[in-house]
Amino acid sequence: MKIHEYQAKQLLQDYGIPVPRGEVAATPEEAHGIAPRLAGRVVVKAQIHAGGRGKGGGIKTALSPDEAFTAARSILGMQLVTHQTGPEGKKVRKVLVEEASAVRKELYLSLVVDRSRGKECVVFMASEAGGMDIEQVAEEAPEKIVRCAVHPAVGFSPFQARKLSASLGLDAGQGRQFAEICRNLYRLFLEKDCSLLEINPLAVTAQGQLLALDTKLNFDDDGLYRHPEIRELRDADQEEPLEIAARSTSVNYIKLDGNVGCMVNGAGLAMTTMDLIKMAGGEPANFLDVGGSASPEQIEKAFRILTSDPDVRCILINIFGGVLRCDRVSAGLIQAAANIQMKLPMVVRLQGTNVEEGRRMLQESGLRFTVADGLYEAAQKAVSLIG
Amino acid sequence: MAILLDWKSRIVIQGITGSEGSFHTRESVKLGTKVVAGVTPGKGGKDLDGIPVYDRVIDAVERQGANVSGIYTPAAFAPDAIFEAIEAGIGLIVCLTEGLPVLEMIKVKQALKGSGSRLIGPNCPGITTPGVGKVGFMPNFIHREGNVGVVSRSGTLTYEMIWQLTGLGIGQSTSVGIGGDPIVGSGFIDILELFQKDPQTEAIVMIGEIGGTAEEEAAEFIRGKVTKPVVSFIAGQTAPPGRRMGHAGAIISGGKGTAEEKFKALELAGVTVEKNPAEIGRRVQEILKAKKQEGS
Repeated sequence: MKIHEYQAKQLLQDYGIPVPRGEVAATPEEAHGIAPRLAGRVVVKAQIHAGGRGKGGGIKTALSPDEAFTAARSILGMQLVTHQTGPEGKKVRKVLVEEASAVRKELYLSLVVDRSRGKECVVFMASEAGGMDIEQVAEEAPEKIVRCAVHPAVGFSPFQARKLSASLGLDAGQGRQFAEICRNLYRLFLEKDCSLLEINPLAVTAQGQLLALDTKLNFDDDGLYRHPEIRELRDADQEEPLEIAARSTSVNYIKLDGNVGCMVNGAGLAMTTMDLIKMAGGEPANFLDVGGSASPEQIEKAFRILTSDPDVRCILINIFGGVLRCDRVSAGLIQAAANIQMKLPMVVRLQGTNVEEGRRMLQESGLRFTVADGLYEAAQKAVSLIG
Repeated sequence: MAILLDWKSRIVIQGITGSEGSFHTRESVKLGTKVVAGVTPGKGGKDLDGIPVYDRVIDAVERQGANVSGIYTPAAFAPDAIFEAIEAGIGLIVCLTEGLPVLEMIKVKQALKGSGSRLIGPNCPGITTPGVGKVGFMPNFIHREGNVGVVSRSGTLTYEMIWQLTGLGIGQSTSVGIGGDPIVGSGFIDILELFQKDPQTEAIVMIGEIGGTAEEEAAEFIRGKVTKPVVSFIAGQTAPPGRRMGHAGAIISGGKGTAEEKFKALELAGVTVEKNPAEIGRRVQEILKAKKQEGS
């Protein structure tokens, strides 16, 4: 799960990590009111779940409350397009108004989970090349990224802070502040089940202090059950509406750009079905996993989500019945097709538990659909129906 | 012989009284699996179709000689269930539960180090050895006894592959679903090593997915240590980047993680790579045929 910068900064502050003073505004008037409470020049930053906001015109500086008003007015409501939003962009509903800082140096600091075999742990990554995209640094100058793995039983040790701080060229005073920041970040990462905690840039100010100028915080979805306070930070406006609808039915759905809608049980088979659609010359409209033990009701809900995507021109159902029985899938499909008056062409491939019963039910239902036996055959038929 | 599950396996099901636990226990018994006990804290003294239920795993070990555990406990309690099984000296622990936080898995990996336990999963379909039985979700009807080892990160896609093999008359030694989580108990390498040593296994099917570097690591291992033929498919050739992989994660793996790169690494390691999953069974058939001709 992703959260906004202003929410992430609040969490950093709760954990004693220095961030610029600032407040969030939903209207230009609010931004105008916040500016005088801060000292001097302010920055007005669009709050969306994507990076690259500056280049897209989502970050502006202002010297007076009036300028803050103007900046907020131009940013709020805009459809901000960055390299991470896709061409349609994301609508800005809030801005963060915060004190501008005089920066001497920009650093990069992050925590992630290393999943590689035998080394599973939390890893710090630091770089002197702060402010820019870290993937770019990794590609162009990987030697500028310093890694520091934290042993899960030992925790973050002071020597590791010294090692990182030396690689960043910090002086003794900054080193002490840096060690404190690292210790607190590690605590935040563990206590809130983070999956990514990134401060970029971590600024060395003109006064020689460390300050988290921008931050990105992602959470492990599987850890959310024990963090109600984090779940509350979710901003549904930043997500695909169909994906939100899917989540409430425990159907796993991701919208894609194609026009062959597919419904599959199991994530691996769902990805494979997408691959096969592509191989047959088509483009998948989505990833959709109905799960292992879906009821007819759940199948119907999944079907509704699938068909509410206006780009979908043909539907491919691919079910390998194990725990999920084919007759239950058929019952759900028949129920759904009747309730929503489906007009799209449909290819159905059922295999596995109770497959004969499932096929018979579909045949007797009067529904119009094409049957397929093989995996690839199903994809080919679906693509040919689009023409 | 097969791997992991054999005639000596005596299984205890942790979470046996839950709806998933009881349903799949009954299914596995239909396949002939030796389920000797169940564990649900607070339900000790009850039974499921005559299978005794205990409060603690150690009771199942001491009274019923359990040496394999299947865990169906809900995610919030699953790490504790794994720790309990390790402490009780269970040699093979299969965690079917989905949704364990990654940070819990880091702790689990620490607990496994130096213990005598091997963990499969979490978030996996389990293990089936045809002729012996199963721990997990794999549908009973798809299997057939034979000489091909199957190892996969997926669930239903694995069933699909096994079913393809069975449809062509090709049986399996053991099928193992290692699970789709970022951190799992046993990886491809652990299972490949077992298949390589297993005299019954003649060829191996390996089904991977995008993300992480498990397939690349496996390719490296196959190049040096696996002499048996391996056929492989990677799911997610068309998956959009960035949707499931964390962006900082890409740095750790040095930009690795796409299906394309995994296919390439496997190809370089001499693996028979098949990009059309509907053709996997036929590739295996060809390999087995060629092997037979070589042998005769």
